[in-house]
Amino acid sequence: MDQVKSRTLPLSKRGMSFETFMWLFTRLTALAMYGFILVGVVGALVMGALNQMSFIEVLRWALMTNPGHVEYTNVADIAPWVSTFWRLVATGMFLTASSHGMHGVIVILDDYFAKASQRKWIRILNMLGFFIVAPIGLYVIWTA
Amino acid sequence: MGLNRNVSLKTGLQYKGQGPYLTYILHRIGGMGMAIFITLHILATFVEGRGWQIGDIINDIYISPFFQIFFIFCVLFHAINGMRITILDLFPALILHHRKAIMIEWIIFIVLYSFAVVTIITTAIGRL
Repeated sequence: MDQVKSRTLPLSKRGMSFETFMWLFTRLTALAMYGFILVGVVGALVMGALNQMSFIEVLRWALMTNPGHVEYTNVADIAPWVSTFWRLVATGMFLTASSHGMHGVIVILDDYFAKASQRKWIRILNMLGFFIVAPIGLYVIWTA
Repeated sequence: MGLNRNVSLKTGLQYKGQGPYLTYILHRIGGMGMAIFITLHILATFVEGRGWQIGDIINDIYISPFFQIFFIFCVLFHAINGMRITILDLFPALILHHRKAIMIEWIIFIVLYSFAVVTIITTAIGRL
């Protein structure tokens, strides 16, 4: 294969505009979420998921380490799954995922709504949605 | 500034962007699917805790195997495709191999998704 010189500028030469920051934020939050999922999978296996849960149940737990996600499994003792540690992991995952998602939704909608006023309302409504749903999500995580 | 596309919906659907375009559009469908359904799930769990039956009804839909098969498609595809995008973006020298990366992505996705679908079905049968 012919060697083609990369046209991508390194971050140091690109400068850190808001757009570049959000581009990097999206990638880094994605990496953080893989980290949270890995912690969830390893933790589930340590707590006996191999004999008590199916693959899909482990996956559901790893995506959000909320005790409600082991409610319908064959886990005999739910106590280790309801620790403060798992609530903190769930909080981290939730805030990372919701901020990543909020930005993602704005990026998608920007492709279909090009007027400045429409884009302004997309941002206002998205942020409003985030600030309404985020406390509700945290309440669910810490009271479940 | 406004949208001024001289492309009809029919022409748009016939766009032959091949593999990269398919992953691009599925990534968006998966992302929007998750944003909508996870938000609804959070709100449903909250109102279920307040004793409202509507929350219970919505969460029952989420537990159904048909919904899980659709939802896990959104999650797994978005996660695996996102991993490819992140790797290629953070290591731009690899962009030369993006078609190979898409093939590897599909292999990983098909293996994991098939396994997930089988366990969704067997878990649902086990609960009967």
